[in-house]
Amino acid sequence: MKTVNLLQRLGRIAVAMTLVLGLAAGGTARAMTPPNVLVVGQIAEPKSLDPHAVTAVNDFRILMNIYEGLVRYKDGTLEVEPALAQTWGISDDGLTYRFDLRPGVKFHDGTPLTAAAVKFNFERMLDENHPYHDTGPFPLSFFFSAIDKVETEGAGTVIFTLKEPYAPFLSNLAYPTGLIVSPEAVKQYSKDFGRHPSGTGPFRFAEWESNSKVVLERNDLYWGDAPSLDAVVFRPITDANTRVAEMLSGGLDLMVEVPPDNVGQFEKDSAFTVYEQAGPHVWFLILNAKEGPMADKRVRQAVNYAIDKKSLVENVLQGTAQVADGPTPPAFSWAYNNDLSPYPYDPKKARQLIKEAGVEGAKLTFYVTDGGSGMLDPVPMGAAIQADLAKVGFDVKIETYEWNTFLGKVNPGLAGKADMAEMAWMTNDPDTLPFLALRTGAFPDKGGFNSGYYSNPTVDRLLEDARRSTNQAERARLYKQMQSIVHDDAPWAFIANWKQNAVTTSQVSGFKLQPSFFLLLSGVSKP
Amino acid sequence: MGYYILKRLLLAVPVLFGLTIIVFLIMAMIPGDPATAILGSYATPENVARLNRELGLDRSLAEQYFVWIGNLLQGDFGRSYTLNRPVIDEVLERFNATLILAGAALLMCSILGLLAGIVSAVHQFGWADRVITFVVLIGISTPSFFLGLLLILLFAVSWRVLPASGMFAIYGGGDLPDLLLHLILPAVTLSVVATGVIARLTRAAMLEVLRQDYIRTARAKGLSERRVIYRHAFKVALVNVIPVIGIQAGFVLGGAVYIETVFQWPGIGGMLVKAISTRDLLLVQGGVLVVAASYVLFNLLADIAQYMLDPRLKL
Repeated sequence: MKTVNLLQRLGRIAVAMTLVLGLAAGGTARAMTPPNVLVVGQIAEPKSLDPHAVTAVNDFRILMNIYEGLVRYKDGTLEVEPALAQTWGISDDGLTYRFDLRPGVKFHDGTPLTAAAVKFNFERMLDENHPYHDTGPFPLSFFFSAIDKVETEGAGTVIFTLKEPYAPFLSNLAYPTGLIVSPEAVKQYSKDFGRHPSGTGPFRFAEWESNSKVVLERNDLYWGDAPSLDAVVFRPITDANTRVAEMLSGGLDLMVEVPPDNVGQFEKDSAFTVYEQAGPHVWFLILNAKEGPMADKRVRQAVNYAIDKKSLVENVLQGTAQVADGPTPPAFSWAYNNDLSPYPYDPKKARQLIKEAGVEGAKLTFYVTDGGSGMLDPVPMGAAIQADLAKVGFDVKIETYEWNTFLGKVNPGLAGKADMAEMAWMTNDPDTLPFLALRTGAFPDKGGFNSGYYSNPTVDRLLEDARRSTNQAERARLYKQMQSIVHDDAPWAFIANWKQNAVTTSQVSGFKLQPSFFLLLSGVSKP
Repeated sequence: MGYYILKRLLLAVPVLFGLTIIVFLIMAMIPGDPATAILGSYATPENVARLNRELGLDRSLAEQYFVWIGNLLQGDFGRSYTLNRPVIDEVLERFNATLILAGAALLMCSILGLLAGIVSAVHQFGWADRVITFVVLIGISTPSFFLGLLLILLFAVSWRVLPASGMFAIYGGGDLPDLLLHLILPAVTLSVVATGVIARLTRAAMLEVLRQDYIRTARAKGLSERRVIYRHAFKVALVNVIPVIGIQAGFVLGGAVYIETVFQWPGIGGMLVKAISTRDLLLVQGGVLVVAASYVLFNLLADIAQYMLDPRLKL
């Protein structure tokens, strides 16, 4: 019959086409990344390449290769060393910082790095009357709210005067919000500067194809050691499975945030190298210390004993985190109290404390979220915690909210709403998290994040003193003491410190993960 | 006919306006705001208030809406809060990508679906019919994102003959063969369900028509079987299938969101999902408007096509 012939003919054509396509595709050496170009798989499309306008680690990963700050973190640590500033001095009262700039440094657009340029950078962010303040908004400008004024002395010296002593100032300067951008480029592109970045870093911006790639090329005029790579291409691939597939099929050289379930697969494969590094991250439960069962310290400690954190970290998170013991992650090695160890898993002790406090069988409301930066795997973790608490007699009711809605419920405070809530923070200085979330002066109604209303005057004093001191040894002593007290008071259930991870093909060399979570690529090479 | 088209287009205007009001209200009712979304963990009431002020979000809802409409009528769709670029640029780029994907998928599912339906009907209960029915059933039952991942694993990871994701190659590429290569897997995945639906419906419509007396007459007149099937039966059956293709176009456009996520296809579905979750009101409005306008246009085209196929229908 004629129609059968037609179909047969169509079928043959289809098979022939597939073969031709397959040969053609196979012949084009499919899925090999270009030589000497590093292709990086990111978790999302960048929002902007203006470092003062962004808040996400995803954006920082690109920015730290285009720009530099007055100071930077020493390789492998969270301590600062010179970068664009060669030397600096701090006045005895901790109010005046003087930076001497490295001479002869140019921005990618050819204009020179001068003290005036540095002044422009900070005034643009902080002064609402600055002519280019409208190129914002600048969500993290409050990192520098302690600055009273910025002055220049000649072309090579910048002087910052602070309103009050603020020890984290240097560390904040090493953070992306302190990176130095070219004022001429801001003037030229105005609101579109975020799509035409110009910095002083080892890579210069080449191209940004929305939702497809951001391309950086080697800066041959870099003042330091120029990278060996010709270019770096950042590809946003939001679906984790697709990202893994791209890595496996050779479409990527480097991938960050490997899903816990795939880490083992890459580790076993000799074509890939897996990297891990503890980062300045804490995952915890905020406990309502104002009202309800959690107002009693014994109950809060009981929660810490009742949760099997080791199992959670090994089984739910597949080993991509380590158990936390306090508010300060070990990544801040200089300020971390090595004498502390996590609350051991001890349901018996938990039951005993609960009995003493007289809250056996208490009903608890637990806020859980479905996502969010640094929240790891919040839903299964919430379920595991609920199960652990059930074993010691608590009746935990979970309420799950989408991330932004969740923040809207948790940040104003847990009073009258919940007994516990999940939370996670990634910071750059041991001051930030405790100062914003554990002080009496940081209750939500005062603009802070102490949603559990924890209050201990000794802790308040220690944190305030540590912030004002510019002597690192002194600050370290104060933070260690604070950690001891907070560990004991247990305003939070300390659960985990995320181990950031990455995977590269085995041909990539010179790559290292940094405790800051920054992706620094100038030392990386590949054939 | 021209009058009819004009009438339909004019009727679309109040529909679109009403849509913008609804979207505005829904976005306002969702808890959270762009400032909180941008600040994330740093969202203290103080910082949020400051950012809201800078973004112009501290004005009343009605005021914000009228400012937006006023700008819109001058062709200014505003600037995205989270992407810091003009809404119109982002929306048109993303919509263009979705059109390519959905267009390819629709073309595939229409042609394959119609052909499969015809063969099924002509060889009712024969082996071709059974095979096609079986394949259709599997296609309709498999979740699209799962199928997409399977195809990636097979064609990109194991056999390495097709790219795993994206619209173009990251280095070089950018030409038509490059686009087509990247289009194959996502378009196939997207069209699977629609192909199945159209195939089954075409089969049913054809079976209905083939029983008619005038088909018997045509055969008796001595016309070739091919002429009978295509010229007489198929053309009539098509009238009933076209509205379904129109509806499937809607599902294809909607299902594109999953496919765009799995294959990292830079389409408007993914953009809208992200914009909603980051409360980027202007981007959501721009995106919804463009998608809705294209719906209206596409429906109009489908109605015109139907009318042209069957003059008995009144417009």
